[in-house]
Amino acid sequence: MTTETIAFPQGPIGHVTGRGLVLRGDDIDTDRIIPARFLKCVSFEALGEQAFADDRKELAGAHPFDQEVHKGASILVVNDNFGCGSSREHAPQALMRWGIRAVIGVSYAEIFHGNCLALGIPCAIASADEIHALQDAVEADPAADWTLDLQALTFSDGSTSQSISVASGALDMLRTGQWDATGQLVARDAELTRTMAALPYLHGF
Amino acid sequence: MSSGTLYDKVWDLHCVADLPGGATQLFIGLHLIHEVTSPQAFAALDDKGLPVRCPERTVATVDHIVPTISQVRPFSDPLAEEMLSTLERNCARHGITLNGLGSGRQGIVHVIAPELGLTQPGMTVACGDSHTSTHGAFGAIAFGIGTSQVRDVLASQSLAMSKLKVRRIWVENRLADGVFAKDLILHVIRTLGVKAGVGYAYEFAGPAIEVLSMEERMTLCNMAIEGGARCGYVNPDQITFDYLQGRAEAPSAAIWDRAVAWWSSLASDADASFDDEVRFDAATIAPTVTWGITPGQGIGVDERVPISDQLDPADRPIAEEAYRYMDLAPGQPIEGVPVDVCFIGSCTNGRLSDLQAAAAVARGRHVAEGIKAFVVPGSEQVARAAIQEGLDQVFREAGFEWREPGCSMCLAMNPDRLEGSQISASSSNRNFKGRQGSASGRTLLMSPAMVAAAAIAGRVSDVRQLS
Repeated sequence: MTTETIAFPQGPIGHVTGRGLVLRGDDIDTDRIIPARFLKCVSFEALGEQAFADDRKELAGAHPFDQEVHKGASILVVNDNFGCGSSREHAPQALMRWGIRAVIGVSYAEIFHGNCLALGIPCAIASADEIHALQDAVEADPAADWTLDLQALTFSDGSTSQSISVASGALDMLRTGQWDATGQLVARDAELTRTMAALPYLHGF
Repeated sequence: MSSGTLYDKVWDLHCVADLPGGATQLFIGLHLIHEVTSPQAFAALDDKGLPVRCPERTVATVDHIVPTISQVRPFSDPLAEEMLSTLERNCARHGITLNGLGSGRQGIVHVIAPELGLTQPGMTVACGDSHTSTHGAFGAIAFGIGTSQVRDVLASQSLAMSKLKVRRIWVENRLADGVFAKDLILHVIRTLGVKAGVGYAYEFAGPAIEVLSMEERMTLCNMAIEGGARCGYVNPDQITFDYLQGRAEAPSAAIWDRAVAWWSSLASDADASFDDEVRFDAATIAPTVTWGITPGQGIGVDERVPISDQLDPADRPIAEEAYRYMDLAPGQPIEGVPVDVCFIGSCTNGRLSDLQAAAAVARGRHVAEGIKAFVVPGSEQVARAAIQEGLDQVFREAGFEWREPGCSMCLAMNPDRLEGSQISASSSNRNFKGRQGSASGRTLLMSPAMVAAAAIAGRVSDVRQLS
């Protein structure tokens, strides 16, 4: 099931507001987020429906991504080493196309974190105890709206407010809109040409 | 802060600019692409109206989705056919070399680039596949990237990257007979854990590393990412230069000496400083097998599945999950665990020396009754060399199937997959739940020689004890 399409992230991101959804467990890997057999696609469009396909099949309707009460939720609350395994961007793409716009957890695999940043999806961090408390709070009221505020660095539902952090380079890029990397890189072509001119293996040593 | 390491030197050479937000724009010397992570990147390039910046620094092949039994086109899987057709169209449009089926050069991307002499010391190498770390074996900075970054490299031949710290993994003495680079890296990951390398490049160094062949160095660096380290590398040396000499895309004879001189200058300085160092003794390492559902859950073949109490508290929940999923009991010896399917291949262990090691075990013996065993050479070139030595015959006579090159059952994006709760002995790199194509399939990772031993015995066996 997918959400009504809410716009994909673009430009400067100051905050993400939406309903929360909890996925408990450490080391949730990319093969679970999107099983490899769904990578056989030339377009990302259909990936949203297949997020956590095998976990959802195993839980036969009990998985949070299958529950009606979570339809339209956009903020994922996870534990440790979320997104470990493959470099495939299909994993955050599947989450984004399901409707996720932000993740908050204890830690992330490096490539997954980079892939989320490239899509404009903030990955916020809090301690293991703080995350457990947030997971309990989010599960207690699935209809509540939460706001991940990247200026104040808080995650709050209006009554509970938890201070969070985001990796400093990523934070700046999200706030300024510079997470949209391609334009920035293409703009520096003169410098690129100079770097290439000085590399021995490009010029017969 | 590291300084004077190969990582520092190669990083500095490739810096284009400092970017707002603190990352560095890094020139990519070699961009490898394949059919899975490139279609959307090319589509995004079209959306932005941009051309490919350096088609001549971009090399393509097809590997993840190819069948290993019949490679006749169109493939019976329409999605696989569409992915390959899309890659063919994109390469043709942009003037990118595609080493496709039947070209004589097709294979797993991390197998073909080294054997063609494309991967060289001192380069930065990027590919939309996490096992790109393999190419670090040549003294390159090589790492996996996501599809949006593939788009960025196509558009600008560069990436926004943050510099990693460098941890030296120093390995004393030598690996014993019957113990290979695969065992070494599984041992490193079991010791340090699957997250220890996050934020680090691993430099593999020391006496045990210096005597490893290039193919063994590739196995080692291939799995650095499974320990969390996005890059793994070995300093280039005479073994590196001898491997490269004469290869199709390696520097020609006329400039060879200059190339070697420059490559030699890249090795970490004797007084280089590292952010961290960990030491291992190669002589103490046994053939290592993963028993669980992460690459970090490895044990020596003579050990038992760990008991929860023996584990770090942080590792207990996933161990409990692994006992249940793998249907293995804490305290159970790993030796003797029956297997159903035996797979030799993958970017980790699909090269000629891997097939030679497995064939040495298989020669004169036969796969046990009821076992499905198959060998997938990593590339057309590997297959040709293996056939020339008669390895295909050795395997067939022993009851193994001999297949066409591709990623095969490492990740089952092609017809090769486990069924139901089958358990495999596999020379690949990941044992996550469902990895090999069945939602309840189970994977035991090990070296190619150990896979061959398991196929012969029908169960996990200590290859050192075969007469």
